[in-house]
This record gives sequence, structure tokens and C-alpha cells, in this order.
Amino acid sequence: MPHRFVSLTLCVAVASAALSSGCRKSGDASGDIAIGHYASMTGPEATFGQSTDNGVRLALEEYNAAASVGGNRFRLITYDDKGEAAEAGVVVTRLVTRDKVTAVIGEVASGLSLAGADVCQQNGVPMVTPSSTNVDVTKKGDMIFRVCFIDPFQGYVCAKFAREHEPLKAQKAAVLFDQRAPYSVDLAKEFARHFETLGGTVVARQSFTGGDQDFSAQLTSIRSSSPDIVFVPGYYTDVGNIAVQARNLGIKVPLMGGDGWDSEKLTEIGGAALEGCFYSNHYSHQDPSPRVQEFITKYRSKFNKTPDGLAALGYDAARILFEAIDRAQSRDGAAIARELAATQGFDGVTGRISIDADRNPVKQAVILEIKGGVPTFVTTIEPER
Amino acid sequence: MTAAAPSPVAPVQDESLLRAALKGLVVPLCGVAFAFGVWSLEGRVLDAYDTVTAMNIGVAMMLAVSLNIVNGMTGQFSIGHAGFMALGGYTSGMVTYYGSLLLWGTAARQGGPFGAGEWLFAASCVAGGLVSACAGYVVGLPSLRLRGDYLAIVTLGFGEILRVLLQQTNRVIGSREGLAEAKWRELIPPPVGGAVGFNGLPKYTNLFWVGLFLSLTVIFAVRLKRSAIGRSMIAIREDEIASYSVGVNVTRVKVRSFVIAAFLAGVAGGLYAHRIGVNIEPRDAGFQRSFEYIIMTVLGGKGSVTGSMIAASILTYLPEWLRDFDRYRMIIYASLLIAMMLLRPQGLLGSREIWDFLPWFRKRRGTAR
Repeated sequence: MPHRFVSLTLCVAVASAALSSGCRKSGDASGDIAIGHYASMTGPEATFGQSTDNGVRLALEEYNAAASVGGNRFRLITYDDKGEAAEAGVVVTRLVTRDKVTAVIGEVASGLSLAGADVCQQNGVPMVTPSSTNVDVTKKGDMIFRVCFIDPFQGYVCAKFAREHEPLKAQKAAVLFDQRAPYSVDLAKEFARHFETLGGTVVARQSFTGGDQDFSAQLTSIRSSSPDIVFVPGYYTDVGNIAVQARNLGIKVPLMGGDGWDSEKLTEIGGAALEGCFYSNHYSHQDPSPRVQEFITKYRSKFNKTPDGLAALGYDAARILFEAIDRAQSRDGAAIARELAATQGFDGVTGRISIDADRNPVKQAVILEIKGGVPTFVTTIEPER
Repeated sequence: MTAAAPSPVAPVQDESLLRAALKGLVVPLCGVAFAFGVWSLEGRVLDAYDTVTAMNIGVAMMLAVSLNIVNGMTGQFSIGHAGFMALGGYTSGMVTYYGSLLLWGTAARQGGPFGAGEWLFAASCVAGGLVSACAGYVVGLPSLRLRGDYLAIVTLGFGEILRVLLQQTNRVIGSREGLAEAKWRELIPPPVGGAVGFNGLPKYTNLFWVGLFLSLTVIFAVRLKRSAIGRSMIAIREDEIASYSVGVNVTRVKVRSFVIAAFLAGVAGGLYAHRIGVNIEPRDAGFQRSFEYIIMTVLGGKGSVTGSMIAASILTYLPEWLRDFDRYRMIIYASLLIAMMLLRPQGLLGSREIWDFLPWFRKRRGTAR
């Protein structure tokens, strides 16, 4: 009997707490413009969602503090989607139809953005995804925007850097890609295309399967073609293993890759084998530009952490959205979408952003070099015009 | 009845046959009426968010009820139910997506309510169910030799293998021309989007179709439970050797329960895949999702159809209701689950049905349970 009593009391307590908090939320009827954010605040990709949410919150706070009397003020409603596509669709529906938000920010993972984009497009609510790089996301319709570069662009960035940057000036490149990951296949294809357009030759094309442990067959074949650079557009675990095995086989030229390399685990796995290797990314906290350094100082003082790329992208996504709403002078979805599409030369933390006709940004990428086990900022590469 | 009647035998038999046929139709017709009923609420009483939640509850009910046939009635522990759901969802998605491309040249929605597109969708759900049922037969076979934990591992393996296989699939082909020019290696493995998920399905699912398939599932499950097969299933759950000794074909009944449950889960998967705001992905076949349905059947009660329906609706609605708690939501959700299991360790309804608790129904139904 006593345990029944305890659990019953617990139930009642929780239920009443839920009721009271529910009432409090619905009572909020200020004149602020509501912005919805759906993110993986819990689940296996929780850090993605939390970083992005921090970035968005920082932008919101700054904007509201700077807003003049009578200017637009914003409030943020963040919902957790547990990193599940089905849940993302539900929370976006809630944001759009129940909370009647003016615009939506989210998600990191492309699969979840695709689910949420359907709902936003159908209801005519603009959506800005901070960091979904899959090409299909903005193809969902004229309400869907993004502030990160898309996968194929990185291929161009890496090819240009490898071909034209001073210490490399690569003439011959080898490509080793993960045949199972669409991200890797696309990146390899785009890199090879641009590298050849820029006057280089691709001397070897080899593939592996994500999760493989032994890459010696592919690497031996690459070694015999004696390239100046090996392009490995994979994810960090495979890349780490490949680097170690490549050095053991006597391949001394640098390896290069995309944002799939961006993890602390990369140098843990690859260690010294990755010294002098390069990869492209959205942003570097070592970028000396004042815009970036100002953001980092603010972020550190608020959250006591160094912002990662996702936080920077969340910050930029929110600010582009706020500015578009200000310019639109209306809460109408179509008007805001028009202003979002008209964004030109926005000075963001992750670069100067202009939105193109496909609602994707035209922006720079940064190149990082691994020095002493730390990714170090080398340069930024501007998009081709 | 017939033997006790004083009038001549033949006409009575005719009449009773006709009456039996009509009586048999009454309940399914009630199901159709129910489907129209919930559909009419869409947009009037229920806003878009309520509608999505209601559709989720309906699909979860179908999955819990179907899993209950294996786990609850037959007593075989299956942890691969989400695999059957995902298989059905992907199959029906392929039928509607590529069917639409071939028929109409576009994957967009075709026709209004009860238009050509919706019928294709309904047929695709059944097709998804059939493919799932075939998989259910294959997974059911090892259950002849394995029981308990070992069977659980086999079914777990099914879901996980399916998840990994789905991650290796090709990207979705976007147009009819692309489909005509596609090379074999773009078609095998099937072009259902790989790790990103099957994106671009026409969104046909509404409360009518969920209501219809749900009511048919429930009617089927309740009637199954009362039928000879259902009683053999319960006998196997209670004591396999004893039921074998009195002539129950254990093998056949077990495999049947797997096939039936997989079929119903496949249909539910079709409904799930075509819901607005869903991008069916390989992760949907994984064991985490299977566990959600297992919790529903355990909480509802062993073999109780209505119990698992109640549990499914509570467990689907609760996380939505707790949204305001932000990230502490899942902690509260879990502690509520623990509290409920402490209060009713046998499940909400035990192995009984909701009408066993209502005196009026109990009188009418006599001893049936």
C-alpha cells in the first residue's frame, strides 16, 4: 500500500505541475514577434541542438537589447525533437499552427529539416535552416532558406585551395571516397570536376565503405600514382584510420577533406598522421576578423564555452531572419520570404552571405590546417562568381 | 439455435445466413462510420496540431494492437516490430512515389478526397502490409526453435539489419525521365534515399484513412482473440507443452501470429510514411522505436486489445502534453511510466478488455473474455 500512495502522489504532483505550467505559457500574449526553433535538445545529437539554440538565443538577446522603442522585439519558442524526423514534423506543426510563430529556425540534420520544411511550406511560414547542407532541403519550396553552404560547394573550395594555394599548388590529385555516403560521393565528384577545370589532373579514384578498417589496397594504388594531394571527403573516424595507414604506407603528401572532418575525435584517432592536412569548414574561431572575435567574446561571456560552427550558424540564421522581418515591416510569411530572398552581403560570423535564386547562400568557406593536433585557420575561400 | 426452432429447417437456415451476413457487416460499417466521424472533426474541432497528434495516436494504436498479437496473445517476445512498420512504410512509399511518377509524371498529390491518388495510397498501404507479412513469415520461422530471450535477439536482429540495409539504399530519383534513364545500379538497391530518409512522398494520410485502418485492425484483433486461432494463441502463451499435448498446432499458430502482426504493422507503416511532417528514415526501423511499442503493450496489459489502445494513446499524448517542461520532459515521462507500472504491474487492464469493467456490457456478453 505505501508504494502505491507514493507513486500516486508523484503522479498528482507531476500532473498539477504540468497543468500550471501549461496555463502560464498560454497566458503570454505580449506584442513580441514569436520565432520558433526546433532542435535536438536531447538524444544522440543533443550538442548540435543545444549549440544552435545558444547561438539563436544570443542573437535574440542582442537584437532585443538594441531594438528602438516601437521597433520589433522577438521572443523564442524552442521545442525539442529528440533528433527524430517524426517528432520534428509534430513540433513544427505545433509551432506553426498552435503557437502561430512568424518564422521557424531549424534543424541541423538534413533528414529532420526535410520533414519540417514540408509543414512550413504548406502553411506559408518561412523557415531558415542554420546547418542542413543537403541540396534537397531548399528545393522544398519558396519558404525554405538556409545559411550554410551546400555539399557541392565544398568540392569547389577544396579544389581551388589545393590547386592554387601557395604551399600546395597541386598538379595531380587522388580521390578516396566513402561510396555509401551520398555526402562523400557528391563531394568527391565535385572536387574532381573543379580540380580538372582548374587545370589539374585526377590520377586516382578509389572508394571505400564507411566503417572499413583496412584501406591498404586503395592506398597502395594511390601511392603508385604519386599524387600531390589525396582528397578524402569522409567522416572523421574513417579519415583518422586512413591517415594512419597512409603514413605507414609511405604516402607523405597532405590529405584534404570537408566538414565531415570537423570533430575533436579526428586528431584523437589520426594523431600525428594528420599533421599538415587540410579541411574546409563553415567557420573557425581563430579567424582574426573582428566580426568573428566579437561574437566569440560575447558567446564566451554568456555561455562560458567556445562557440562551435553550429552556434555560429544558428546566430547567423537568427540575425538574417530578424533583419528580413524588420525590412518586411509585416508578419506575413510571403513578405518575409521575399525579404529573405533579397538578402545581399549580410555580414555574418560565418562569412558574407547573399541568398541566391535557389534560396541557398553564396558565402565563403574557411580552410583549416592541422598543426600540432589543432585545426588552425589558414584562409577563407570566396565563392566563384 | 436452428435445431431448437420448431419451424421448418430450410427457410430458417436461409434467414439466419442472411442475418449472420448482415450482422457480420454491422461492425465493419461502424468502423467506416467512425472513420468518417473522426475525419469530419479534422479542421473543425481539431486544429492541425491536434490532427497530427491524433494521427500519431491512431498509428501508435495500430502498432500496439498488432504487437500485442505476438507479445501479448501468443506470448512470443518480439523486439523487431518497428522493422515491420518501416518495411511497410518504405514499400508503400515506393508504390505511391514511383507509381505517381509513372502514372502522372509527378510525385505531387493527385485528386482531392477519394481521388485517384488516395486510392493508390490505400492500395499501397495494403501492399506494404503484404510485404511486411512475408517478412513476418521469415522472422516467424526461427520462433519454432527459439523461445524467450533467444527469439527476442533474432527479432532485434531483424530490425537492426533492416535499418542498416535501408541506409545503403540509393538516392531517390526525382522525375519520370530520370526513372526511364536510370541504370540498374541506381535501382538496385532500391532508390529510397539512404541515410537521409525517403523524401518527397505525397502526403495523403488523413484522419479518415487512419480511422478506417485503425477500426478494421481493432475489429480484426478483437475477433481474432475470440476465435479458435486466438484461443490457441492464448493457450500457447499460458503453457506451450500443455497446448501441444491437447492438439494445438504450435508451429502454425506461432507463425500465423507473426504474419498477422507484421501485416498490420506494415499497413500502419504506410499510414505513417505518408503523414505530413514525416520523412521516413532508416532509424525508424531501429530497436528504440520497437521499444516504444513494447512499452505500450506491457503498459496496456498482456493480450488486451483495448488496454494496448489506451496505453498507446496515453504514451503518445503524454510527451506532447509535457512539452512545456522543455528538456526535462523525457525524465518526467519516464518517471510517470515507472509510477504507472508500480500502480498496475499487470498492465492497465491486465488481460481483460475495457468492456469487462463495464457491468452493462459484461451482462450482455455473458462469460466471454
